[in-house]
Amino acid sequence: MNINYTIFGQSLTFLIFVFFCMKYVWPALIGVMAEREKRIAEGLDAANRADKDLVLAQKDATKRIAAAKEQAAKIVEQANQRATSIVEESKETAKVEGERIKAGAHAEIDREISQAREELRGKVSSLALSGAEKILGTSIDISSHNAMLDKLASEL
Amino acid sequence: MASEHGEVVTTIDYIQHHLQNMTYGKLPAGYVRADGTVMESSGWTLAHSSTEAQSMGMQAFHLDTLGWGIVLGVIVLFIFHRVAKTASVDTPRGLQSFVELLVEFIDGMVKELFHFKSNFVAPLALTVFSWVFMMNLMDLIPVDWLPHAAQVATGDAHLFFKVVPTTDPNATMGMAFTVFGLMIFFSIREKGLWGFIKELTCHPFFAPKDKWFLNIILVPFNVILEVSGLLAKPLSLGLRLFGNMYAAEVIFILIALTYSAGLFLGLLGGLMQLSWLIFHILVVPLQAFIFMVLTVVYMGMAFDNHDEAH
Repeated sequence: MNINYTIFGQSLTFLIFVFFCMKYVWPALIGVMAEREKRIAEGLDAANRADKDLVLAQKDATKRIAAAKEQAAKIVEQANQRATSIVEESKETAKVEGERIKAGAHAEIDREISQAREELRGKVSSLALSGAEKILGTSIDISSHNAMLDKLASEL
Repeated sequence: MASEHGEVVTTIDYIQHHLQNMTYGKLPAGYVRADGTVMESSGWTLAHSSTEAQSMGMQAFHLDTLGWGIVLGVIVLFIFHRVAKTASVDTPRGLQSFVELLVEFIDGMVKELFHFKSNFVAPLALTVFSWVFMMNLMDLIPVDWLPHAAQVATGDAHLFFKVVPTTDPNATMGMAFTVFGLMIFFSIREKGLWGFIKELTCHPFFAPKDKWFLNIILVPFNVILEVSGLLAKPLSLGLRLFGNMYAAEVIFILIALTYSAGLFLGLLGGLMQLSWLIFHILVVPLQAFIFMVLTVVYMGMAFDNHDEAH
């Protein structure tokens, strides 16, 4: 347990070890660890970013789906409206057409009535004459009685 | 003691033998050695007894302390160096993760205790911790194994062989005074010689300018206080480690004595050794840790420029 030169030997050994550690051990190890730390931090950062991107993409997708749905609903509504308007239009057209046909028919009927009346008017004088001849047993001069006959025909 | 005289002597011999370092030193001419021979001329030789080692005085080396210290330090630094050389940035495995754990622990400790810029203090702390830990760890090897192996290997039944360098005050005080030297070196480098002197003379009591004459009384007082405080640091640092390890070693030696005292005491001794060993597993890293922490704290004090204002 004597103090002797060992103390200097130990000091020198100690200093050499510390120097070696400072030169060849510590910087290399700390460097590797710092590098890894940086890498991990970058990785975490990237993961974070990806997460944010995903959220954004999801939001975007939801927005787009909502927009598409809205558009689809609008289109359906428009189509419905169009269909109703077409039906209305056709009803209207049909009504008008019906009216027109009806009017045409009426005109035809009127025309035919008047035609039949004209025909009848033409024939009424001869019919009336032949009837009167039969009754009177004599022939009647058409020209002498023309005025009366015309009056009769116009009364029809 | 009731037992016969001879056994007492051998017991004391056993203890003394275990506490004697392998000393290689210079004996003066005409010195009568333990085996009765007389040194014809002064020369360097291995001490064959504690008295011879004592007579060598300052001019001697403890070969076992230095040898084990160097071997253990080289083992640790070799492992560290190999890990540092092959360390990969990707997933660390096995030894690398262990060494990195240690480095990270030391780095955190140093960052917490030492708030200045230095690429010296952290490696110093790592070296101190791992080296002291390894030297302390030797204490866990049963006290007779390595000395006995050395005696068998050399054929010298009286070979002194202490395997725990930290039970030698030369080792612990050597390290403590190196730390002290570094403290003074960094103190002067950081504060300048004048700053260092001012730290020793103008603290903790200093009179303001208008009562400057008071400082004539205060400065000597400060010097006594500060210098003794400064010197106490390496002394307590080295003696704490030495005291703890030496006491533990002595207890291991005393327990080992029971193995030659019959079956019952031997078994009891085994139990005691086991429990002391388990307790010592705690002491070994703790003492290394304390030595490391105090070293870093002292370095912090050396770097601390607190009296800029004066």
